Amino acid sequence: MDVITNTVTHTVDARGQSCPGPLVALARALKDARAGDQLELLATDPGSKSDVPSWASISGNELLEAEQTAEGAYRYVIRKA
Amino acid sequence: MAATETRVDATSTSYAELLGRIEALESEQRASVKKKNKLTIIAWGGDLDRIWPTTILATTAAASGMEASVFFTFWGLFAIVKPDVRITGDNWMQKMMSAMNPGSAQRAKLSRYNFAGAGPSMFKKLAKDHQVARPDELISTAQELGVRLIPCQMTMDLLGLRPEHLLDGLEEPIGAATAIAEMRDAAVSLFI
Repeated sequence: MDVITNTVTHTVDARGQSCPGPLVALARALKDARAGDQLELLATDPGSKSDVPSWASISGNELLEAEQTAEGAYRYVIRKA
Repeated sequence: MAATETRVDATSTSYAELLGRIEALESEQRASVKKKNKLTIIAWGGDLDRIWPTTILATTAAASGMEASVFFTFWGLFAIVKPDVRITGDNWMQKMMSAMNPGSAQRAKLSRYNFAGAGPSMFKKLAKDHQVARPDELISTAQELGVRLIPCQMTMDLLGLRPEHLLDGLEEPIGAATAIAEMRDAAVSLFI
């Protein structure tokens, strides 16, 4: 197994934005990231619960974490492929 | 000796059969289409409630790393007319058509509950409150993400729309065959 360094290099704050806002913000941030970089996405759109995993499977990027934060927002960690 | 001859015959038969099967496979392969990780949308409707999902889906596909193209035809074309362009066309019919379909996605009407523009205003207010990007904003986002926006040449001629009436950064206008070619190799193609 590879050694995974759990360091998030970019945070994308898409809280308040609706579909497809969070994914567009994520795609923009991903353009500037390098392969292997970990990005954190913060969102409040409940649709992101299914959309972020779908986006990951279409785009080939890896979804490492998906959780609901104490404030009721959603937090995702994605590793750029 | 006779046994050998039989064996040769059997071999040559299976060889001919094999050749036939290879030929069949080759022609089958020529006829088959290799699908790309690509979305193609035929944007036929220019109504706000059509152009909105069109631009959302195209933008999302591009944001997911898919190739994406949108072919604008009939009423869909008016959504990519520049916002400052008013009456277009060379004759009264085309002029009337453009008056009834004010250009740009900003001025798109709702297919139902339009209420002389009150419906779209309410929709946009709701969208603003929910931070949903408007179709005209999504068109620029789509272009930024590399979505190819392609006008239909025939409908442009029919409606009297010239390239200078349309948004900047569009692809060259194309015809139906090229639109079919776009859809043919797209894993997902939609008519909206």
